[in-house]
Amino acid sequence: MLMDTPDETLALAARSGDRAAFGILIGRHYDRVFRLAWRLSGARADAEDLAQDVCAALPAKLAGWRGEARFSTWLYRVVMNAAHDQRRRAAVRSKASDGWGDWEIARQDEISVEAERMDWLKSAMARLSPELRDTAALVLGEELTQAEAGLVLGLSEGTIAWRMSEMKKRLKAMAAEEAGR
Amino acid sequence: MSDELDALKSALKAAPAPEAEAKARALALAMKNFDTAQGSPLALRPMEDRPKEAGFLWGVKEMMSSIAKRRWLAASTSAAALAVGVAVFAPHADKGPLPKMVVVAEPEAAEAPKPDRGRAEQDRLVATDKAAGQQEPAGEAVMAQEAEAGITLDDTAMAGLTTRAAPPMTAAAVLDGTMNLSDDLEHAQPLPPSTEAFANAEVNPVKITAEEPVSTFSIDVDTASYAVVRSSLNAGQLPPPEAVRIEEMVNYFPYAYPAPDGTQAFRPTISVMPTPWNAGTRLVHIGIQGAMPAIADRPGLNLVFLIDTSGSMDEPNKLPLLKQSFAMMLEGLRATDQVAIVTYAGSAGTVLPPTNAGNRAEILSALDRLSAGGSTAGAEGIALAYDVAEGMTAQGEVSRVILATDGDFNVGMADPEALKVFIADRRESGTYLSVLGFGRGNLDDATMQALAQNGNGTASYIDTLNEARKVLVDQLVGALYPIANNVKIQVEWNPAEVAEYRLIGYETRALAREDFNNDKVDAGDIGAGTAVTAIYEITAPGSAALLNDPLRYQSGAAQTAGNGELGFLRIRQVVPGQSESVLQETAIGEGAAATPEAQFAVAIAGFGQLLSGAKYTGDWGWDQAIEMALAARGTDDFGYRIEAVNLMRMAQSLSAQP
Repeated sequence: MLMDTPDETLALAARSGDRAAFGILIGRHYDRVFRLAWRLSGARADAEDLAQDVCAALPAKLAGWRGEARFSTWLYRVVMNAAHDQRRRAAVRSKASDGWGDWEIARQDEISVEAERMDWLKSAMARLSPELRDTAALVLGEELTQAEAGLVLGLSEGTIAWRMSEMKKRLKAMAAEEAGR
Repeated sequence: MSDELDALKSALKAAPAPEAEAKARALALAMKNFDTAQGSPLALRPMEDRPKEAGFLWGVKEMMSSIAKRRWLAASTSAAALAVGVAVFAPHADKGPLPKMVVVAEPEAAEAPKPDRGRAEQDRLVATDKAAGQQEPAGEAVMAQEAEAGITLDDTAMAGLTTRAAPPMTAAAVLDGTMNLSDDLEHAQPLPPSTEAFANAEVNPVKITAEEPVSTFSIDVDTASYAVVRSSLNAGQLPPPEAVRIEEMVNYFPYAYPAPDGTQAFRPTISVMPTPWNAGTRLVHIGIQGAMPAIADRPGLNLVFLIDTSGSMDEPNKLPLLKQSFAMMLEGLRATDQVAIVTYAGSAGTVLPPTNAGNRAEILSALDRLSAGGSTAGAEGIALAYDVAEGMTAQGEVSRVILATDGDFNVGMADPEALKVFIADRRESGTYLSVLGFGRGNLDDATMQALAQNGNGTASYIDTLNEARKVLVDQLVGALYPIANNVKIQVEWNPAEVAEYRLIGYETRALAREDFNNDKVDAGDIGAGTAVTAIYEITAPGSAALLNDPLRYQSGAAQTAGNGELGFLRIRQVVPGQSESVLQETAIGEGAAATPEAQFAVAIAGFGQLLSGAKYTGDWGWDQAIEMALAARGTDDFGYRIEAVNLMRMAQSLSAQP
């Protein structure tokens, strides 16, 4: 199995039990999964957990992949669903920890010593609703088109466009606030 | 789109690299589960969450927990009690009518957010949607509002839910409908690598001449990367490393390379110099200067502006800048050249039928009438623009569609691949495409680059009026009149003189060795009077700077004696209008010393490397790059070079920050 075999071919082979194909496939995509997970959760530990969950569930999920979408689009959706799941579990545990939101609370009593850029990113992400964060992670972080992001999230392109403009408004408001401070 | 989105984007792009240990752990677990799954296949669903908790209740569970979460977020200062009753009438996930569910949510009165707040928000949402011209508010958003307001979930919300909880077949069908992808596994075509991956291509590695003596690439005359880098730095951010394409930065600047004489379309100038960032290597600088045909002889020009008028273009640095830019460009056209304007997204259609450029008043008033607004209506924008262009073309004239956008390529073809094929197809019939990017945030750099490449045009990014002048006025002729198409460069290195080599930049332009002679493989074009620069870093045999150790079992191989030639340069091009390519060959000798022009190109290549990871630059840093660029500044009539020096200073202080 060559390293440059397309994902779709590998996924089909893996689905029919080809262990080597599966190995190449997850080796190829782990970093992407981890980065999206980081963009969704904002913490390395959570991102690692999430990426591991996705890897663990992938063999089973793969059987449901029918080659109808690009493998990467499908994989984004798997990660997204796992992230939603993680957030829900966190919410159920009565911890208001839906990723980035967690941090905003911690910030109240602790001065961040992290780099300024990270600082800004976190407060920006904390300012957005989970839906907008998901959209930001996909459209800005992963650089999907609005149509692709719509496919991943199961929403229309128009909804993604609306979310992007909403995101812009909130960030603008935040920038204005900062400027006024 | 906006600086804020742009800042968020670059912050998000800076995701940390995964830890090797965590990765190994996750991969091992995946393999283990893979093996288990082979033994006992589970009942599976494609997109839902946890395999262990399968079942039709999933949708309800999700809804409940998401309500719980929203409630929690809405009243997070104290624990909100939420009483929920659920009745489910046995749905069967695979067939039959959609599950019917009745859901009653009764929030604790004391903690519930005021219903009218939710209503107000919903009204605002609907109003926004109406303003944006969208057909209907997102079902999900409505659900969110109603859940927050404590309103009983109604059918609309259920529709949203049932869509998400739909059985696999339906989900697949939805995908089929939108993406037009075949679900027939036999016909599932392996997709080509995405342009995104291209734009993020790894830095060219050091190659061993004995193993791979030939380096082949397509020239690249795009300049978008430099303008994107500049816009990032001016916004106080280091650009994301993947936005840096070194060859586009180097090629952004005009260079005074010796012009070709006589009938040659272009002339290569080769110089060799010590590498500023590595004492043990040398740089081979190849400058290719295109001929400047007499302006008076230029053929008639037909331009179709295809302008994005979607709502997001309504920012000072987008549509208004675009209008000013095009108005400036008109000055450079002849009275007999023709201009037409087609818009897409928002107000769609032909805004200005083909008009002589001499009729400035009419063109300017058509430009003024353009307004951004509305959603993206899937107009037949691009097909219309090409039809208009072809209608304008008379014998011997040059037609070009100029697409101006902030990243919305919804020009009437949803599939980017189909769009590329369409553009490449029309290229054969003589209508070319150039892409101008405006604004940041939504800028789809990869698509811009791909479309321009397929349309034999350039992708430029316009961030200021000054840049518009450079692209659309000063270099208009070069951008619009190709003098050599499909220009490919192949360098064969002489292993006796060069043990290792590395091409700086051109990562996204690499060609397979055999494609050099294959005229079917498209490559970049050189416009009238433009220059293209390529820089190699080479290491002589026996140099202390060699990165690869000699092989134990290969060292006996006969070494041909050096004849003073470092390598051999082959350039292939297609004369516009012809179909067969022409070959031009030059030996790369030791002799020629570097001119200040070459020095400046090298300083910019160093700048690009410092921005994109500085893998090979050692101790050489910003101070040295600035010094080198300043020393080689030359006359710099337009101030492009001093601007680059100032950007280096800015990057230096930004990268010094923790």
